[in-house]
Amino acid sequence: MKTLRKTWPFHVMLLPSMIFLLLFSYVPMAGIVMAFQDYKPWLGFTGSEWVGLDNFRYLFERQDSVQVIWNTLIIAVLKLVFNLFVPFIFALLLNEIRRVRLQRTIQTMVYLPHFLSWVILGGILIDLLATDGFVNRILSTFGVQPIFFLGDNDWFRFTVIVSDVWKEFGYNTIIFLAALAGINPALYEAAEMDGASRFRQTLHITIPSIVPIAAVVGTLALGNVLNAGFDQIFNLYNPLVYEKGDIIDTFVYRTAILNGEMGFGTAIGLFKSVISMVLILLSYRAAYKWANYRIF
Amino acid sequence: MYYKTTGYRIFNVFNIALLIFLSIMCVVPLVHVLAVSFSAKAAADANLVGLWPVQFSLEAYKKTMFNPIFLHSIWISVLRTVIGTAITLMLTFLAAYPLSKDESAFRGRTIYSWLFVFSMVFTGGLVPFYIVIQKLGLIDSFWVLVLPGAVNTFLVILMMNFFRGIPKELEEAAFIDGAGPFRTLFTMYLPISMPSIATITLFSMVFHWNSWFDGLLYLNNSNQFPLATFLQTVIIQQDMSSMSSSPQEMELISQTTVKAAQIFIGAAPILIVYPFLQKFFVKGMTLGSVKE
Repeated sequence: MKTLRKTWPFHVMLLPSMIFLLLFSYVPMAGIVMAFQDYKPWLGFTGSEWVGLDNFRYLFERQDSVQVIWNTLIIAVLKLVFNLFVPFIFALLLNEIRRVRLQRTIQTMVYLPHFLSWVILGGILIDLLATDGFVNRILSTFGVQPIFFLGDNDWFRFTVIVSDVWKEFGYNTIIFLAALAGINPALYEAAEMDGASRFRQTLHITIPSIVPIAAVVGTLALGNVLNAGFDQIFNLYNPLVYEKGDIIDTFVYRTAILNGEMGFGTAIGLFKSVISMVLILLSYRAAYKWANYRIF
Repeated sequence: MYYKTTGYRIFNVFNIALLIFLSIMCVVPLVHVLAVSFSAKAAADANLVGLWPVQFSLEAYKKTMFNPIFLHSIWISVLRTVIGTAITLMLTFLAAYPLSKDESAFRGRTIYSWLFVFSMVFTGGLVPFYIVIQKLGLIDSFWVLVLPGAVNTFLVILMMNFFRGIPKELEEAAFIDGAGPFRTLFTMYLPISMPSIATITLFSMVFHWNSWFDGLLYLNNSNQFPLATFLQTVIIQQDMSSMSSSPQEMELISQTTVKAAQIFIGAAPILIVYPFLQKFFVKGMTLGSVKE
């Protein structure tokens, strides 16, 4: 108790945050019991009927929910891959520009979309990508028939992934640029002496130096395999593209909040949470073990 | 030197052209919206506007600025941003200090840090969260926009890492002079933490200004919507029914130019703080990463 006399102010400092965490993180966790109930708001947790694993069985039997899980996986994995490679290559190319002012200006422009919300960007994209919109007008000058980017199941995923990469690639280069700045210039000088071309220098010095960072970024992103981006999909989709574009989070919103299937909605949410948690723990463990990366 | 070879010079020209093209692609959509918002209604409806206003007009901004629902939603957004950021800042600053201590100096630190981390790793999902909000009586209350997101583990970690970088001798000196932890935190740590406080303030402000889903989910009355939620319903869902207005007013807010003006006003605060954002976010992004 001697230590407590000295450290009580620390506990007091943490108390407010703990109250918030308890109310808005830990109490809702207790609510996952609903996943095993046929929850009815007017009956509550204690009065609703227990149904065991029925909600989960239902989840894998219903055609729409299985489709939604597939959609989520496909969209999330494609985003993950492109959000790693595009910034990687962009950082390499940007690193070749030796005029500092130009480099800064380019950075300023490409970071911008990251800070705008999907409501703003959604509003803009719906207008730009309409069949008679700006993009289709430019395409038509090349003789391309109008494309219904946001209303055609063959195009929707493409549009979602491209627009997500467009929004985030600039911001995602930051970490690579930091790694590039940390490369020892003596390596390049030595290569220069040996007569290596810039391409060979890139191949044998630059890329090997930033691959470890890319590996860490890629590993940590694994926790998002079931996160296909609620904000984006919700602001871009419409009933025409539910087949290919509906994801777990938007599906939960519609079934649970709009249609009132509370137990079922909780079950899908829990399914997602558990898988994500396992992936996050595994990926952080791997990042710590191989790259000595620690966040906390 | 390698950059004097012909091959590299050719590459360099193409590279610069490509990167400039890509950066222009990142700002073009916003320029287009700006151009539409300053154009005449007829030109905008006929899709004639590219990147420069056609028949310059301030009509759209006049209409937007005389729409009381729109103005009120801006007010709600400002309120939530200011109050929400203040609460988050206070909580983060207080929590990060004890967490920056070693377990030997503060027994229980590990348990606390796990409580923070676990809240980030695992969630109960949307439905239980909604029910908790309901049971707390926060539905249709302004505070639902501010309280649930007040503690952000990511920001706590950012602040904690900053505190860890401060030399221990400084704090020891304060302790020897007889200052307790609270006094040390507020009179000594606070003034030297301004760079990271600025980072957290900006993170939190952008978060609040851009948040729209909480308003849509927990507020039933469109008079209480923050700007982002208002824009979501009017521009994305094109749901005029919730606006409870006359047909003339409905036509008013659905016009192409007015929509563009609303979108631009929604993005404007972000654009204004953008120079600071760029500076501090880049720091924040690399601050919490690899340590030795």
